[in-house]
Formats: sequence, structure tokens, C-alpha cells
Amino acid sequence: MKVLVPVKRVIDYNIRPRVKADQTGVDLANVKMAMNPFDEISIEEAVRMKEKGVATEIVIVSIGPAQAQETIRIGLAMGGDRGILVQTDAAVEPLAVAKILKAIVEAEQPGLVIAGKQAIDDDSNATGQMLAALLDWPQATFASAVSKDGDTLKVTREVDGGLQTLALQTPAVVTTDLRLNEPRFASLPNIMKAKKKPIDVKTPADYGVDVAPRLSVVKVTEPKKREAGEKVADVDALIAKLKSVGAI
Amino acid sequence: MAVLVLAEHSNAALNDVTAKTVAAATAFGGDIDVLVAGHNAGAAAEAASKLVGVRKVIHADGATLAHGLAEALEALVVPMMASYDAFFVPATSIGKNAAPRIAAKLDVMQVSEVTAVHDSSTFERPIYAGNAIMTVKSSDAKKVVTVRGAAFKAADGAGSAAVETIAAPAGPFKSAFVSEELSKSDRPELASAKRVVSGGRALASAEQFNQYILPLADKLGAGVGASRAAVDAGYAPNDYQVGQTGKVVAPALYVAIGISGAIQHLAGMKDSKIIVAINKDEEAPIFQIADYGLVGDLFKIVPELTGKL
Ligand SMILES: Cc1cc2nc3c(=O)[nH]c(=O)nc-3n(C[C@H](O)[C@H](O)[C@H](O)COP(=O)(O)OP(=O)(O)OC[C@H]3O[C@@H](n4cnc5c(N)ncnc54)[C@H](O)[C@@H]3O)c2cc1C
Ligand SMILES: Nc1ncnc2c1ncn2[C@@H]1O[C@H](COP(=O)(O)O)[C@@H](O)[C@H]1O
Repeated sequence: MKVLVPVKRVIDYNIRPRVKADQTGVDLANVKMAMNPFDEISIEEAVRMKEKGVATEIVIVSIGPAQAQETIRIGLAMGGDRGILVQTDAAVEPLAVAKILKAIVEAEQPGLVIAGKQAIDDDSNATGQMLAALLDWPQATFASAVSKDGDTLKVTREVDGGLQTLALQTPAVVTTDLRLNEPRFASLPNIMKAKKKPIDVKTPADYGVDVAPRLSVVKVTEPKKREAGEKVADVDALIAKLKSVGAI
Repeated sequence: MAVLVLAEHSNAALNDVTAKTVAAATAFGGDIDVLVAGHNAGAAAEAASKLVGVRKVIHADGATLAHGLAEALEALVVPMMASYDAFFVPATSIGKNAAPRIAAKLDVMQVSEVTAVHDSSTFERPIYAGNAIMTVKSSDAKKVVTVRGAAFKAADGAGSAAVETIAAPAGPFKSAFVSEELSKSDRPELASAKRVVSGGRALASAEQFNQYILPLADKLGAGVGASRAAVDAGYAPNDYQVGQTGKVVAPALYVAIGISGAIQHLAGMKDSKIIVAINKDEEAPIFQIADYGLVGDLFKIVPELTGKL
């Protein structure tokens, strides 16, 4: 079974983003970028499936600027086989990403797409579900365990009340949650080997997808600042304070 | 104009976030119908009919809807949307799972986790773990919106709308429910609790998490939360996680115990009214947003606090 893993290049999760003074967005100039953490989890899962003989080939796809090649290379160093970069400098919304991924799925015919549950920049949590809809495939979001039995995929999901397990016919879309696995670090030899793995470079137009945004940004602002409060000396002082503001 | 609101419920009871989603739909404008999709969910439909501002409740009842799975909700909602201008969905695990699927079928770009509705096309939503607030205008003919419950005040429950019953989609679907393992607790539900007590990595084991966090939560009548580190280490179940990629809460009182205050955690609790932090590191970032900070060893402080309350 071929597995397709879409990965997004985002601001590194350790960096605190700064809103631009002109309120047009977040400042990404000279900011450390990295692979969306959920997408590392997706690649790890695909690589483990390959190690178990369940997956045969792992194709890593990113839609983004030329530098997203670096993000794909990280995935190749973790164990991906080849990459597809759909190059654009536009900010592409999940709906358009899903349409491009649909066209790639139709060309590549994978049995499984493993996406992240959420990109930590736009926090949309939408792309995997949208792709499943456009393909009329079943979906299992927020996965914390995945196993394959014949043509059936068993997926345990993190839901509001606890855990839920589904059985999916393949082909299917799965989105990954934090507890699915702990992604490996790419070793130096694997980073060197990844440099020789092929990456196809395409454009959204190659897939006939219009990436014009449906949501126009009116403004991007700083959140309301919380005033730092005070340190209290001991438990009695804390209780007195909480009583004085009616919190207890 | 008309809005369809998806109710969040457990079949037996209506979840509070439904009333908050109705409030968000009220800011959008137009007639509001609430869809209760479930199995033997008559009691939830009845409760939804009481929400102020609701024109009617549409109760779809059948086995295919028992677990709120995305494919069944898609089959139910997509045809219904012919008569609506917007679909408002609570940003719960059921809503976040199903809404984008429905949006894509309608060729609409969903607006996720909305915290304010300005008018029938303009919305506010946090991005980058709440480090920026984006105002967007949607050019789509229909709007699909998920609503962050913590940002809205619930609609009142003194209304009396009619309940209309419709059939559930027939199925079968390409995904099937196998089993679930739900955390059982008599404590208030985390997402809607008035008070929340959360524990972090410092608790160091599930036993100590239970021994130190739960009695304090019970004294305060609070829901229980946790940081990602505490959940990853198995000290607390996954549905306790508060944060950017967990639950977002805004209780009257939030007590963070042995939690450092990473931006991903703050994203889930910084809109709480009063924040208390207990941490032995006086430089911990959590103190920068806490109203009351107590520096010291939680294993001494928490039992004393629990005892004195
Ligand atoms: C993609 C992604 C998503 C994430 N999503 C979330 C999320 O939704 N929610 C979330 O919480 N995190 C999330 N995180 C993780 C986040 O970055 C932090 O790693 C996590 O919040 C740290 O948890 P903690 O504060 O419990 O642990 P630590 O950062 O290790 O802090 C432990 C604290 O306990 C204090 N302490 C230790 N011993 C004692 C004692 N005896 N008494 C008092 N204090 C003590 C220490 O001083 C320290 O401040 C996410 C990370 C990523 C990459
Ligand atoms: N530009 C992109 N290129 C490749 N994959 C993407 C892109 N945007 C989103 N994705 C995938 O969709 C997931 C969820 O993103 P989102 O719906 O934006 O929160 C990510 O974790 C990726 O797997």
C-alpha cells in the first residue's frame, strides 16, 4: 500500500510569533521555520507501517514556497521515499490544499493519506476532513493508534470524552494526534541519503486548482494582554485574595 | 437568512456548548434552527427547543447517528443546507471532525474556532496558538463556522420552539463505530466547568496526580485539566489536555499546578477570569499571566490549600 503524507512548513513551535505593526499578518521574516509537529508524527507512522511491511512506498507532499523543499527533505531523511513540492508563494487555504491533494491522490492512487490534525500556524484543523470529503473516502481524525487488518484500518481517536475506535475501509484519510507516536530524529547518514531522493516540483496550475482565498484578511491584531498579577506569600494569603475577589 | 446549528449532546442530555453556539448564530442574524442528530436523543431535542432565539428544532433520529460520525452527518446535513445560509457547529471533537467535511462538499472554506461574529460575513478567530487574532471576511455564498464555546455567553433556556422529526441517513458508510472508552467522572465537565484545577509534569505519576489534584478539585467543585506533558506521560487521560491542541476553557477560576506555562498551554486557558499558579520556579512563564502566584513545592502547598478551603 502506498501512503501519502502532506506536510506543511510552519513557524517553529518554540518561537513566539509577532504580529506585524501594519496588522496584515504575522512577521515570518528571519523567523525559524520547521515542519508542522503533527506532520512529523504522520511521517513517523508511515515509516513504522513501512517497517512492518504494511506500507510499500511513502510519498511526501508539500504545498508552499521553494523552501518547503527543505521540509520535504526532513521527511525523506526520516524514511520517506520521494517528494512532491507544489510550489507557490501564495497562502493556500485548507480547501485549496485539499483540492490539490485530491488531484495528487488521483494520480498516485495511495491506499492511505496520513495528515496532521492541525497546522500550528492557521490552527484550522480542516484539511484532512476536506480531502476525505472530496474523495468520498472514510476519515478518522485525531488518531492515537492505527493498525491494518486486510483492507480494514482500525483507528483509535482522541475525542472529547475519551477514546473512540473506528473501522475504516481503505482507501482512507487519517489525521494524527499527539499521542500516536514519538517521531524519530533523522540520522546524519539518512540526511545525506535523503539528498539523493527525488522531489518533483509542480505548481497549483498543473493540477488546475484555483488557490484564490475565500477568506480575506481584514486585520491581524495582538490578543488582549493579561496584566501580570502578584505573588502571594503563602496559602493563607492566597485564600484571602481569592475570597476578596469572590473566586471562592 | 437562516442558520442551521448543530447541537452537541450525549443523546440523553444537551451539552452547554449548544446554547453558546446558538448565541454565536444570533450575532450572525436570521432564523435559527437547531439540528439534533442522534439516536434516542428525544431529551436533547426537548432541551434544545427551550433555547431562546431558536425557530425550530430538527430531530434526526437513527442508529447511523448514534456516535456523531462524520460520514453520516455529511449525508444528513449537505442536502439540508439547500435551505440555509450558514452552518454553525460547536468546535468539539464531533464538530471539528464533521464540519470541514460538510464545508468541502459545499465548496466552502470553513472559518474555524470563531471567537466573535461581527456580521454575516466577518468573523474573528485566534491563530498561532492565540498569539494573534485574525479578522476575516468570507466571500463564500454559504458560511460554515465552528464556534469556540468559551468565547460566547450561552443563550437563555426560556424559549419554546417546535420539534420536527426527520429520518436518519440509511448508511452503511465506509467507516464503522467499533467501541469507545469514555472517562467516567462525577466532576463538572472540563469545557464548561466554572472552576478548573489542572496539573502538569511536576505531578510525576498518575498516583500523585490523583492524590494531589483530585481532592483540591473536589473541594472547589472544579473540573480537572492537565498539560500535554502530564497527558503524554500517562498521569491524566487524553481528554484532560488543555491547550492549543486540546480543550479551550475560560472558567471563573483556573488553578495551574506544576505547569510551566508554554504558549501551547496558555492558548487553552489564558481567557480564564482568575488564574492561580503554583510552581516552585519563580521564573516560570505561567506567573506572567497569573493573577495570584504562589512560589513553592506543590506537594506541600496543595494539601495545605485543600485542607484550609
Ligand atoms: C504541536 C504541539 C502541541 C502542543 N499542544 C499542547 C496543548 O494543547 N497543551 C499543553 O499543555 N501543551 C501542549 N504542548 C506542549 C507544550 O509545548 C509544553 O511542552 C507543555 O505544556 C509542558 O507541560 P508542563 O508545563 O506540565 O511541563 P514542564 O514544562 O516540564 O513544566 C513543569 C513545571 O513544574 C514545575 N515544578 C516541578 N516540580 C515542582 C514542584 N514540586 N512543585 C511545584 N512546581 C514544580 C517546574 O518548575 C515547571 O515549571 C504542545 C506542543 C506541541 C509541539
Ligand atoms: N500547505 C500545505 N501543504 C501540505 N500539507 C498541508 C498544507 N496545509 C495543511 N496541510 C496538511 O493538513 C494538516 C492540517 O492542516 P490545517 O487544516 O491547516 O490545520 C497539516 O497537518 C498537513 O498535514
